[in-house]
Amino acid sequence: MARRKRSSPKPPVSEPAPGNGLLDRRIFLSSGLAALGAAGGLALISPGAARAAGPPDTPPWTQYPGGPLSAYGSPSKYESTVTRASIRSQPGTTGSGSSRTPLEALEGAITPSGLHFERHHSGVPDIDPEQHRLLIHGMVKRPLIFTMDALMRYPMQSRIHFMECSGNSQLMYGPTPPALRAGDIHGLVSCSEWTGVPLRMLLEEAGADPAASWLLAEGADSAAMSRSVPMAKAMDDALIALYQNGERLRPENGYPVRLFLPGYEGNMSVKWLRRIKVTSTPTMTKDETSRYTDLQADGKSLMFTYPMDVKSLITRPSPGLTLPRPGLYEVSGLAWSGSGAIAKVEVSADGGQTWAEAALTAPVLPRALTRFRIPWKWNGAPAVMKSRATDSTGEVQPTRDRLVADHGTNVLYHYNAIQAWSIAANGEVKNAYA
Amino acid sequence: MPTPSRLGVGICFMALAGCAAPTTRETPDLGRLATPSEVAAWDVSVAPDGTGLPPGRGTSGQGATVYEQKCQSCHGERGAGQPNDRLVGGHGTLATARPVRTVGSYWPYATTLFDYVRRAMPYTQSHSLSDDEVYAVTAYLLHLNGIIGESDVMSAETLPKVRMPNRDNFILAYPTRPK
Repeated sequence: MARRKRSSPKPPVSEPAPGNGLLDRRIFLSSGLAALGAAGGLALISPGAARAAGPPDTPPWTQYPGGPLSAYGSPSKYESTVTRASIRSQPGTTGSGSSRTPLEALEGAITPSGLHFERHHSGVPDIDPEQHRLLIHGMVKRPLIFTMDALMRYPMQSRIHFMECSGNSQLMYGPTPPALRAGDIHGLVSCSEWTGVPLRMLLEEAGADPAASWLLAEGADSAAMSRSVPMAKAMDDALIALYQNGERLRPENGYPVRLFLPGYEGNMSVKWLRRIKVTSTPTMTKDETSRYTDLQADGKSLMFTYPMDVKSLITRPSPGLTLPRPGLYEVSGLAWSGSGAIAKVEVSADGGQTWAEAALTAPVLPRALTRFRIPWKWNGAPAVMKSRATDSTGEVQPTRDRLVADHGTNVLYHYNAIQAWSIAANGEVKNAYA
Repeated sequence: MPTPSRLGVGICFMALAGCAAPTTRETPDLGRLATPSEVAAWDVSVAPDGTGLPPGRGTSGQGATVYEQKCQSCHGERGAGQPNDRLVGGHGTLATARPVRTVGSYWPYATTLFDYVRRAMPYTQSHSLSDDEVYAVTAYLLHLNGIIGESDVMSAETLPKVRMPNRDNFILAYPTRPK
């Protein structure tokens, strides 16, 4: 046959995507999966399958009635190792520091409330909601005091958003890649459904002066943690949050009431909120001057770097999650941006020489953690895996070299570079600057 | 396609609707009016222009005594740090590989020091210092950093006038982030 094809047919869905074993992102979503399973790779997706409890055995839990009902459920005792990671506090304190979400142990996009990261500046206050009040004052016509019961009667909104401490991933500015798990390095990010009253409604009731362009938000903890917030953000999408994942806020997340500023650095979403002062200028508090300002290589500092930048990382595989043998795996990770929704996540299995587009798990929401997945057939050779996110504004996650060239290594905050994991021939996964 | 006059009417209408919305939209309005004394009792924040600074005064000498009793166990002798934050020195280090960020080398506003000490220090008993003590310990730390003289009095009048050495090295990234 001499006739040439005028166009190549659409490749079958099991056709490799660019580079070192990455497969088309759709194969796990389509009939292509059956073909791969038949080829013998599928069994590796769930290694360590049950050895004793299948037919014809009858395990005790199948023979006898189970345990009682419970007032408030908790995870399986077999999951007791899944806890907050890297719990560290400043000398002489037990509550001034941070704990991290164990990202490598979780799936999906929502963080269980009990595993949401913590960052406190003077511990977790034990606040009686009957006594707690929210005061709105300053450049307003009517300074107002709200009880918690009053706030609970307002119309509410529910939104799914990530919260990220701007100091997240700080160790990655260091000269050598920290030999830690994904959660230890990047776990100052979590994602919840937040429910509360639009701040705009309360500011309008107080009669905020249209000329006021800032407000100060202050917590009731013994640090009286305080940050200045642009009025434009307050009037846009700020929430006076009362609920997290359907229940009232946990104490460590601001019970009974916190500010929530979608996409902005976590420190600004002041917990245990007791006071909002409408002002004409920023107050220049300790936590927006001496902290949470970004020292550049030339000694200058960026101030008020509010939105968290576009970012992603692969959570499976990642350090601690060793690949038992060559075969078919699903690579899974998280992407997010404080400026919008995730538009695209690309994954590389060859250290960034070639990239394949991962599947995004719906719903893909603005300023929310977004789960991405892509199948990968590992051939057993050493490999370097990376993910690279692009957000709906077109911003692309930078390489570490680029980030360091632009900002230096003294910044402490807003690290969002591409994360590389190197995989050895024995399946061990390590953090890498690559 | 709208004519220019129709467009004009449309803009007017939208402007009116925008102004009217906050007052016409029905909201619960469940806050109660705060009295001036209630506001005053809670309003501890201090702005760079000195707004919010209370009456009172203090000098470095007075502050040394307060510091030794209430601050030194966490911040070391004369603000040298350990076990917690260093408060003194570090001048000229910000553009080096080992920057030392202290009150003296890094903080852009002296008012922030008063605000923070009054609201959050000492760590184990915040809100326990008198305003005079806060002025005094503020003066002590500014003096140790070579920013004011040993006998300079810090007060609502003088503190906002203190010029911090690193004041001009902050670049605002809001509303527009520099590339």
